[in-house]
Amino acid sequence: MGNLSNVPLSYYLVLSGILFACGVLGFLIKRNIITVFMSIELMLNGVNLSFVAFAAHWHHLSGQIFVFFVMVVAAAEAAVGLAIIIAVYRTRETLNVDQVNLLKL
Amino acid sequence: MLHLPLFLIFGLICVAGAINLLVQKHPINSALSLVVVMASLAVEYLLLGAEFVAAVQVIVYAGAVMVLFVFTIMLLNAGEEEHTKGSRVALLLGVPGIAIGGVLVSWTVLRHSNTAPVPIGALPGPPKDVALLLFHDFLLPFEITSVLILIAIMGAVVLASRPEAIVRRLRRGEPAQKAQKPEKRELAVVGKER
Amino acid sequence: MSATTTFVILSIIKSVAVIFVLLTAVAYSVWLERKVSARIQNRWGPTRVGPFGLLQPLADGIKFIFKEDLMLPHVYKPLYIAAPIIAVLFSITSIAVIPFGNSLDIPAFHIGSWTVGPISTPFQVAADSAGDINIGLLIILGITSMGVYGVALAGWASNSKYSLLGGLRASAQMVSYEIALGISLIPIMIKSESFSLRAIVDAQRHLQWNIVYVPFGTIAFFVYLISAYAETNRTPFDLPEAESELVAGYHTEYSAMKFAMFFMAEYANMVTVACLATLLFFGGWLGPVFGPSWLQILLPVFWFCLKVFFFMFLYVWVRWTLPRFRYDQLMAFGWKVLLPMAIANLVVTALYEALKA
Repeated sequence: MGNLSNVPLSYYLVLSGILFACGVLGFLIKRNIITVFMSIELMLNGVNLSFVAFAAHWHHLSGQIFVFFVMVVAAAEAAVGLAIIIAVYRTRETLNVDQVNLLKL
Repeated sequence: MLHLPLFLIFGLICVAGAINLLVQKHPINSALSLVVVMASLAVEYLLLGAEFVAAVQVIVYAGAVMVLFVFTIMLLNAGEEEHTKGSRVALLLGVPGIAIGGVLVSWTVLRHSNTAPVPIGALPGPPKDVALLLFHDFLLPFEITSVLILIAIMGAVVLASRPEAIVRRLRRGEPAQKAQKPEKRELAVVGKER
Repeated sequence: MSATTTFVILSIIKSVAVIFVLLTAVAYSVWLERKVSARIQNRWGPTRVGPFGLLQPLADGIKFIFKEDLMLPHVYKPLYIAAPIIAVLFSITSIAVIPFGNSLDIPAFHIGSWTVGPISTPFQVAADSAGDINIGLLIILGITSMGVYGVALAGWASNSKYSLLGGLRASAQMVSYEIALGISLIPIMIKSESFSLRAIVDAQRHLQWNIVYVPFGTIAFFVYLISAYAETNRTPFDLPEAESELVAGYHTEYSAMKFAMFFMAEYANMVTVACLATLLFFGGWLGPVFGPSWLQILLPVFWFCLKVFFFMFLYVWVRWTLPRFRYDQLMAFGWKVLLPMAIANLVVTALYEALKA
């Protein structure tokens, strides 16, 4: 840790791992559907950071390209997922995951 | 000269935002802390030299996807969270479990990885190089993801519309979205055979 | 003094100067609007406070400072206070990457026994050694996208139905027109082969302003201008803040200083849009340059300010000429007319450039 102008690759990976762990925690302990969704986005962001860090380490731009695809898929998934949440809210009047546990009302 | 302090500052902001997302009860606070996480991640990408990815992260993720989340929270007027039995179980089991797992992984990575440093701006990612790679080597995934977005748009529009009206119209053989033109009515009949 | 110290000191001086000029420009754009709208409506406008009413913004500022700042009990306090701050923050930040001249070259001069070395700094707040930011246009688009949060959170935090509806409408409108705005700028990037604003202006030398390239430049200009009017919530797209429709939309529950901050944010956004329009379509700071060396440094800045002033005047002119759109007409126009036009323009430009090479 001597030189202030270089950050070891492992630091970036640890940060990415912490973000991913927080995302998994949020997915497990939160009861609001929208917050669960946001934890999924947090997981995807952690993974993106890891991709970019490895791209910088191996001097290969494919890591950044893959980040694009992850972002695009995350955006599409967010759009469709939120539409589903709106549809669920319309029929069941609740956003609590514990109460959306029967296939038929 | 400034790489490590900058990385640590924005890394701490990221982690603080992520933990705030878990701790807050109202979803709008969680959404805003997620925006903070994404913005500081954009700075981390800049530190790694990926300038185009950082700009796209701000424009797409922080500026569009999170706006969508904030919209939905405001629209559905989601209230504060309740604690149920399931959530207490998940808290008791999940937090220690994930914490132990995270510490294990971090310790392994920090101890056994090569300490090759990543200098500031390591891999300059100007838009031109990224675009060349995207449209030459990754053309097929690019086209497939464009089809994916199209399907997602259609799905979101259909899912978020009112379901009964669509079903009624589809059963009658009309298009799913009603045309807005009012029907013409005959006003006065002059000189016509009754 | 090392190069780093010089760079830091110069950047600080430039930031302070530019923010000061921007805030003054915002205050006097309010004066411009009141004067021009008055003349369009065949009346005088502010004339009493100073010559031609030029001290009116000062009087308004003093009024806003002394007004009672209501803190209502039913609002959600953290976001209520944060929303105007967010709005102003993002509208002022865009000016950091906007270049408004070539570079400021001052040869070495002496103060007493010190030698202030030759200073050469580009007319841009945030600039590297080449006077350039590779992705300047993308940064401005990103900051514009983040500006939606100020409006949405203001509507939400005010905890009243008019504010929530106004906030939702305004943010939906801004998000929809952002897309057309971004796509309409891509043909300009294709032609100038760069995202950097300085490179885009340099590609317009010798009267090759982007607007004269019919058809793609002109169509891009009109789509950009209309989308920017909708983005900044100005007439004819100002339904979210129309007094007759929604009381005052998302800033209904705000008073005094916080309301003044929303006001400032709107006019600062207008200034940013005007700066972008001149840089991308009207040749930025390019214009006849003559005279001694100090004049040659200052004349491009003067041409830039003149063109920005013309766009601010155009904003006010359009506001008091056209009636406002209804909300569904507004959204239909953005998605069904502007977006296809922008995409068609992009496809034609890309084909033309690809076949030309």
